Amino acid sequence: MPTPATTASTGPGAARPRPPAPGGRARRRRAGGSLLAYALVAPAALFYAFFVLRPIATSVQYSFYDWNGVTTATWAGFDNYIAVLSEPKLVGAIGNAFELILYFSVVPVAIALFAANLIRSIAASRLATAARTVLFIPQVIPLVAAGIIWSWQLSSDGLANQILRSVGLDALTRAWLGDFDTALPAVGVIGAWVQVGLCLVLILAGMTRIDASLYEAARIDGAGPVREFFSITLPGVRQEIAVCVTVTVISALASFDIIYVATQGGPGDSTLVPGLQIFYLAFFEREIGTASAFSIVLMALVIVVVLPLQRLLRGRES
Amino acid sequence: MSRIRKFRRRALVISGVAFSAAIGLAACAPPGSDGAEDASAPLTGDPTCGEDPVVLSAYFETGFPLPSALADQFTRQYPNVTFDIREDQFAVITQNAPRTLQDSPPDLMRLPQMSELASDGLLLDLDPYAEAFGWDTWPASQLEQLRVDEDGSRGDGPLYAMGLGYSMTGVFFNKELGAQIGMTEPPATLDEFDGYLAAARDAGITPIAQFNGGATGGLAFPLQALMASYGDTAAVNDWIYQKPGADIDTPENLAAAEHLAEWIDEGYFADDVNSMDYSQMMSRFTNGETLFMFNGDWESGNLDAQMPGGAGFFLMPPLEAGGAIGAMSAPATYGIAATAEHAECAAFFLNWAATDEEARTIEVETGGSHPMGPADGFMPEVAEGSVTAATLAAGAAISEADGAMDFIANATGAIYAQSWTPNLQKLVAGEQTPEGLLESVQADYESQVGD
Repeated sequence: MPTPATTASTGPGAARPRPPAPGGRARRRRAGGSLLAYALVAPAALFYAFFVLRPIATSVQYSFYDWNGVTTATWAGFDNYIAVLSEPKLVGAIGNAFELILYFSVVPVAIALFAANLIRSIAASRLATAARTVLFIPQVIPLVAAGIIWSWQLSSDGLANQILRSVGLDALTRAWLGDFDTALPAVGVIGAWVQVGLCLVLILAGMTRIDASLYEAARIDGAGPVREFFSITLPGVRQEIAVCVTVTVISALASFDIIYVATQGGPGDSTLVPGLQIFYLAFFEREIGTASAFSIVLMALVIVVVLPLQRLLRGRES
Repeated sequence: MSRIRKFRRRALVISGVAFSAAIGLAACAPPGSDGAEDASAPLTGDPTCGEDPVVLSAYFETGFPLPSALADQFTRQYPNVTFDIREDQFAVITQNAPRTLQDSPPDLMRLPQMSELASDGLLLDLDPYAEAFGWDTWPASQLEQLRVDEDGSRGDGPLYAMGLGYSMTGVFFNKELGAQIGMTEPPATLDEFDGYLAAARDAGITPIAQFNGGATGGLAFPLQALMASYGDTAAVNDWIYQKPGADIDTPENLAAAEHLAEWIDEGYFADDVNSMDYSQMMSRFTNGETLFMFNGDWESGNLDAQMPGGAGFFLMPPLEAGGAIGAMSAPATYGIAATAEHAECAAFFLNWAATDEEARTIEVETGGSHPMGPADGFMPEVAEGSVTAATLAAGAAISEADGAMDFIANATGAIYAQSWTPNLQKLVAGEQTPEGLLESVQADYESQVGD
């Protein structure tokens, strides 16, 4: 049995340099522990390599070919990438994905912060538990079901229009998901509804970690609730906000299910997003090459957007 | 350097090398293959299902009971043959068709747009069976849509599919609402039709409910019907069949698209067509919320059951009374995979479905569609005044006038979802002009056919 100290220093995650071991026996033991560690990691690593790395590698390969998925492919060089970055339809899909960040990420994080702050201030009451449950429920509903529920609510005879009619705003009623100007925001509302719950739970958890004496001190110094929020609560849940923003931004850029169920990219191309267009390219147009190139571009896009965000939000801590 | 670190570095190097080798190897060989041997062994004697137990693997469309009903009847007549049926939505079949035909070739399969499947060598050439069974003595127009030549253009070349009946489209109307606006008989000209549409709108009745939401642009139905009113159906077929040089952007089709835009401007369509799906359209029509609906005879049986005596059907009227008529009419296509295990028995089933009296009765009563087969083939009795009787009569009229067209959505695998649908939705929203619609569809068509 290796001692705890040796396992820690030879585990796969150990990064700190250690002084060389004094004797040959310890070295052998460490080498043995290392082998064991690899053996333990191997099954997971194999699965990861086969189901994650291999598909990425084959996608990269396909993206350089003109291929219909069946007959022999022909080499296409960078043509597929040029198409992805130059065809207005495909570029428009990327633009829509960025607009969705507003609805899938900015709006839910803002609402969750506000709601979490409210719930924290009434933490002892039963209302807080009820509010938490109600706001978290969308998170446990499958996205497909959420899409179906909302497409009923937003239809021309749905709840949204019934409410508008009941207060005399008939002029505003419309088929929200079928209107070029409102389809994308309408899909965004569905996304926001789903994401609020996740952000709320994360941020609430973060808030419980904040030392209560900080609030006390602030109050003695004469700070009001707004000042308290910006000076204590917000910095205190910075980590949680970082996680929320990361998860929701990725879900905005890589969105598929809600849109597939609610609008299928329509009307026109007004709610077309990369995930959906990749699906259409691969399975309807049978342009496996262009679809693969688009997926690689989407992956790069997510990384390019999320990495700087991480640095920005984690800030000084890291 | 310690041995451990050497070991770890080596492991890293090895896995790195293995990973790049995998990528490198993958990059060397282009993906895809030239396809396996096909099942088209020369025929000896009359094709049959034999006497031994046979299990035909079948891949059918969900929501259409006809093929399974035929399969049951077939098993009753030929007990040694049973079916292993798998069903999916049509959209799913469209997505999976190439891979399914390649990897787990079904003996019988409902086919989506088939020119690419045929030119990729995934479908069995049925001409030897056509000859053996005498399908070549049937009216040629029945099988024309199912022929694909080497370049993937349809209308000529080997036969790659058969129909389990062929369906036909036109205009369904609510008889009660029609009577309210004084429509006692179907319109004889397009002008008359326009008059009824205006009368319905003025009477506060939604003139047309038509699905046009999501990825299914149902305004293609009235558009193609108008194309038949204004122009020649053969030219539209040439375009659908991908004949060289075919163009959808013709003066006749432009007039049709402009007429459709006029209908939109006049408010003849429900104002939420862009978010309406097919089932919403059907429920509005059967609930009497709309006067007209552009749809096909696959709903005839359903409408006879849901609103007995309450629905009628007419073919899109021509510009002038007695002018040439046309309609979208296509066989419900079923093919046999190129490497199917029981190709001969599957072909025998397809022939049986077109010629057996029981089978033809099921096709009319369950499918609401006209059976394939010889012009003088057996036809079951249908109730007078029913929608089924009206659509069958219309089918005969179209057949006589040689006015059948395939669906403009079937020109290529992607033209419907990627081109017709978004452009028709834009036309409804006023974001696309009739000229722009045809130009844009033609441009997409050329880029898809060119591949």
